[in-house]
Amino acid sequence: MISLWIITGVALLVSLAADRKKTLAAIRRGLKMFVGVIPILLGVLAAVSLVLTAVTPRMLEGILSGTGLLPFLSALGVGSIALIPGFIAYPLAAVLRQSGASVPVLAAFITSLMMVGVLTLPLEARYFGWRAALLRNGLAFCGAVIVAAGMAWVLR
Amino acid sequence: MNSLLVRKVRTVAGKTWPWFLFAGVVVVWAYSLLRADFAFGRKAGENLTSFLVEMASVLPPMFLLVGLFEIWVPRKVIERYAGLRSGMRAVPWMILLATLQAGPLYVAFPVAIGLWRKGCAPRNVFIYLGAFSAMKIPMLTFEVAFLGWRFSLARTLISIPVFIILAIAMERLLPADFLPPGLEEQGGAEI
Repeated sequence: MISLWIITGVALLVSLAADRKKTLAAIRRGLKMFVGVIPILLGVLAAVSLVLTAVTPRMLEGILSGTGLLPFLSALGVGSIALIPGFIAYPLAAVLRQSGASVPVLAAFITSLMMVGVLTLPLEARYFGWRAALLRNGLAFCGAVIVAAGMAWVLR
Repeated sequence: MNSLLVRKVRTVAGKTWPWFLFAGVVVVWAYSLLRADFAFGRKAGENLTSFLVEMASVLPPMFLLVGLFEIWVPRKVIERYAGLRSGMRAVPWMILLATLQAGPLYVAFPVAIGLWRKGCAPRNVFIYLGAFSAMKIPMLTFEVAFLGWRFSLARTLISIPVFIILAIAMERLLPADFLPPGLEEQGGAEI
């Protein structure tokens, strides 16, 4: 995070030294885009925090640690809907593994978590349109299944 | 008349739902401050706060960088390295760009639109998004620490061909003249 701010600061300074007018135009552009997306972002983040509160780690342990197809499908479902930041998701996955979740289930969970975002669809649609957003998420879901299946085969 | 009303209600609902949802969580959180036994509200408030902190720490610099990128980087450069005729040569560039970043996938959307506006081929835009979701270096270090390098390595290596193929499928499945609505923001594709 800090490195991102430093890089941005240096880039702004270099840009300012090169051309004041262009830099101001760039800042205006960036801020305008940021402000424009704030309302929908707040809504999405509110929805995500509600879901994340309703679904507790203990609940996930119960759903995902069994054997068979059901935990695998649940992992895909939960992973697709939820938006869990990496610093929570990976420790959670480690806990799930200790409580008996299999490698394919973990892979399905992590992969769908990162590639599919049902709750962030309104945000994605704002940039790409509903058609492209739904298509990307649908394909990414298939991709998550393939990656999880591949991992089950490689790490068996 | 009736359909006009429906359409109007729909537009207003489409514009206001984020605020209602946000206000709802704030109210639930505020209520939990009065009632000590209302853990759900407190937890929801904490979650929302952590998301807002994440957003506030990543998005402003990202948008400033996108602004600088759009003003300074010539269209020709992106067209040459990631345009329609760039072929597979563009893949390493897209992956490199994506892996150096951090944060949730929604951070990548404005960057993806910025690339698209500069003449990056749709396929490469989606390769960028795929790489962003599957193999950011800051996330990989986390993954290795908690799930082990075998898991991380296998997942990354299997993901690469998958997201490249998905991106090609995306480009094929979208109409040839498809333009994302995000492009129209800020004066369209001419910059």
